[in-house]
Amino acid sequence: MSWGDDGQAVLLTLKLAFVVTVLLLALGTPLAWWLAHTRSRWKAPLSALVALPLVLPPTVLGFYLLMLMGPHGIVGRATQALGIGLLPFSFAGLVVASMLYSLPFVVQPLQTAFEAIGARPLEAAATLRAGPWERFAHVALPLARRGVITAAVLGFAHTVGEFGVVLMIGGNIPGATRVISTQLYNHVEAIEYPEAHRLAAILLVFSFAVLLGVYRLRPQGALVAAPADGAPRA
Amino acid sequence: MTRGTTMKLDPTRGACAVALAALAFPAHADEVQVAVAANFSAAAQKIAAQFEKDTGHTVKLSFGATGKFYAQIEAGAPFDVLLAADQATPGKLVTEGKAVPATLHTYAIGKLVLWSADPALVDGDGAVLKSDKWKHLSVADAKLAPYGQAASQTLAALKLTDAVQPRIVTAENIGQALQFVQTGNAELGFVALGQVQPPDGSRPAGSMWIVPASLYAPIRQDAVVIASTKVDKAATQFVDYLAGDKARVVIKACGYGW
Repeated sequence: MSWGDDGQAVLLTLKLAFVVTVLLLALGTPLAWWLAHTRSRWKAPLSALVALPLVLPPTVLGFYLLMLMGPHGIVGRATQALGIGLLPFSFAGLVVASMLYSLPFVVQPLQTAFEAIGARPLEAAATLRAGPWERFAHVALPLARRGVITAAVLGFAHTVGEFGVVLMIGGNIPGATRVISTQLYNHVEAIEYPEAHRLAAILLVFSFAVLLGVYRLRPQGALVAAPADGAPRA
Repeated sequence: MTRGTTMKLDPTRGACAVALAALAFPAHADEVQVAVAANFSAAAQKIAAQFEKDTGHTVKLSFGATGKFYAQIEAGAPFDVLLAADQATPGKLVTEGKAVPATLHTYAIGKLVLWSADPALVDGDGAVLKSDKWKHLSVADAKLAPYGQAASQTLAALKLTDAVQPRIVTAENIGQALQFVQTGNAELGFVALGQVQPPDGSRPAGSMWIVPASLYAPIRQDAVVIASTKVDKAATQFVDYLAGDKARVVIKACGYGW
């Protein structure tokens, strides 16, 4: 029982989860900020769209991504026209798919945290002549600190556990798209139970540790509907 | 139960139907749960419908990967019959005492094809494999799927294993191997003839090369009755039916030998 393929799958999974988490925090923060403060009539439809991966079976998401990102799909034609080529069976394709799949796990804790800050600290900062960027960077972000950590941890963990989408668009290529969950699935299918147990144990311990960390951070809350810490008493 | 509904709507015709059924069918009709290898889905549906008409039994089909069915049967899944994609799995069940040895037989021999959705891509002798007209070759996992194993034997026989390796995308089963090609994400794929051959015997869409049987070990697909069945008569009858003339017409039309 060697680590060869399994080790590579573990490393690839960590790399995927890291890239996805960084990109999702960068794109999810403005989106969550907008959702937290807008009164637009687009708020409800957009919130529903963001939450969709929570309820949609991953195989549905994966199947339509396979169609959309394929040579006949809208996304596939665009990426080919841009000279990127096609996304299925590539690491870049997994990143795009995982970002969609983990989107609600990053946006929702951020949004809840921003909402919980309320208008007063930001108004107070404005009266002290803080500009919009300063109000965001020096007031809102520090106050929403726990929401940001929760978002990052959940986005990372959820990407590590991703299975259905990868199975649909991955093509099981070592070093590019063969992640822990698909490797584990293949071990089970091939009746290689000892290897399957080993990977499953890694995922189990990892997932428990992540959730333990999140609950330690916020002992009172439910997972996704995260209350922000310290709505200021000022 | 459609028969029950008919009786409510029209008592006379309903009574006739029941009387006829009593004449034509054995005293009690059983329900047979059959686990079917994904590549054989289309053929199995036709054969099951014919079998139901001929015997009065009901057949419930589940489609999936043979390896998964093995794990489920080990765990006590309520299947009465397994139509596997290989010989190894039913053989293993027999050795373990989980299947009935006397019922074990080859119901179909699969044919491997190199297939493309593009009507102009695949030539008559598979030379396209050596060209750079394609980026991805979709192949079922050789460890999990008999057709994947046949594909890797074919590539080895053609001495192309190393040359095409970087362009191979591995599908979990033969159904997914076809899906990758159908959606155009892979230009080429090794699939089962039974998957692309329309059941009416007409010419398949796209382009294909039927891989000569000399390039890979025969894909013998075995059927067996599961030992824990409670409907052993009906289950054995179904397995026997697969070797009958009516079933063999369907099996051949669907692109298999026997």
